[in-house]
Amino acid sequence: MSLMSEVGQKAFNLGVPLGVHLDVTYRCNERCVHCYLDHDDRGEMTTAEIKDALDQLAEAGVFFLTFSGGEVFMRRDFLELVEYARRLMFCVKIKTNAVMIREKEARRLRELNVDTIQISLYSHRPEVHDAITKLPHSWERSVNAIRFLREQGLRVTIANVLMRVNLSDHYGTQKLAAELGVHYTLDPTITPMMDGSTSVLALRIPGEELPEIFRNPALVPNQEEFCAPPKPPTEDDLESYSCSAGHSFCYISPYGDIFPCVQFPLPTGNLRRQKFLDIWNFSPQLQEVRSIRTKDLTVCSSCSHAASCTRCPGLAYMEGSMRGPSTADCEKSFYRTGVPTANMLRQGLSKPGSAFGHKMPLVQIQALALPA
Amino acid sequence: MPENRKYIARSSAIAARALAGEMMIMNPADSTFFTLNEVATAIFQAADGRTPLHEIVRERICEQYDVDPEEAQADAEQFVADLSSHGVLLVSSQPLSSETAGEPTP
Repeated sequence: MSLMSEVGQKAFNLGVPLGVHLDVTYRCNERCVHCYLDHDDRGEMTTAEIKDALDQLAEAGVFFLTFSGGEVFMRRDFLELVEYARRLMFCVKIKTNAVMIREKEARRLRELNVDTIQISLYSHRPEVHDAITKLPHSWERSVNAIRFLREQGLRVTIANVLMRVNLSDHYGTQKLAAELGVHYTLDPTITPMMDGSTSVLALRIPGEELPEIFRNPALVPNQEEFCAPPKPPTEDDLESYSCSAGHSFCYISPYGDIFPCVQFPLPTGNLRRQKFLDIWNFSPQLQEVRSIRTKDLTVCSSCSHAASCTRCPGLAYMEGSMRGPSTADCEKSFYRTGVPTANMLRQGLSKPGSAFGHKMPLVQIQALALPA
Repeated sequence: MPENRKYIARSSAIAARALAGEMMIMNPADSTFFTLNEVATAIFQAADGRTPLHEIVRERICEQYDVDPEEAQADAEQFVADLSSHGVLLVSSQPLSSETAGEPTP
């Protein structure tokens, strides 16, 4: 176990919020076809409110702080917030489309010793990327920004969300990342929109295409192990928890709402009404999330993939139950190994069913209705 | 430089936070990640740039832990040398202005 993993496990066991993902705005200068966000400003936290939140997060023991959005640079105070966070000694990571980063911003991020900057890039072909972002010349501006950041010696990761429209471009994008001297990550996950709409899910790549990705040695170096049939879950596996969401990690929206994860829209409290640690320690919703072990899952506890599945409790929650299956992850487990999941077998399916295809009502991200 | 005139300060370049009394440190310059034990954490937290190292060892280590002063000083010197080689601590024969906003919390 790496030192980082040991620390993560320690924080998990102690219930310390080691990492927080903070969206400082939902506003954005791009209009990506797959985006799950509503880009209107419905009352973002002010500069002072975010600084107060950062003070509370530092006090609570948060170490890894990810600033994201929306587009973070849509806030004029963004660099001021980063500076404040760095003075509090957070390990700061930034997710951005980078179109507003030029030499000056890159230099300032270097001065502030930001740890990593993750930039969304959908293709090595400008026309494909720009068609996804709906912002002309966005590819050119993002790639220029990557060069500015690299010139400053900053660590950059290209995040390539993969969907039907850019499915064939991941090799080229990965090659571009290598040419630019940056890391590359690929994610085939498309999340339902915050208003509950599932329309964007039509952009998901067909499950049948997943094996090709899983067999890309540049993306999955240990394919034999990765694609091996699942080992039966042990007692320890059944006693384990899904992931760090709500255990050592949480998400904060621009409006101060706290959720277990950015992909787990279960409202647990609001920083405008409560202190962070009161929410973290005493929220009934977070306590419920923390109580769920693999053995408690309604379908997945009996699944042969239980020990190795990437089941996301947030996606399961959006499908109807945080204790239920996440069909998108069933799909990945099946196409990774060729072994059907318990969720498929109970439905008599030979291939995974389309998540949300049955029009389940979705939960929406909304503020908690708490007394002022 | 005389050992009793060594001043240490935390670099503003690093990220740091205590987890259950032990410090986690990330140096973004090279992505080096450290964890410090309780004693090393005490020295790190006392590295304000104004207190001489020997005073930190005497007041933060020898008075709180059952250790031999000479051995503690030698260990502290080695620890400071290690962390300064990674850019985590700044070392000087003169007092340093603390580059950070304050002690890493909690």
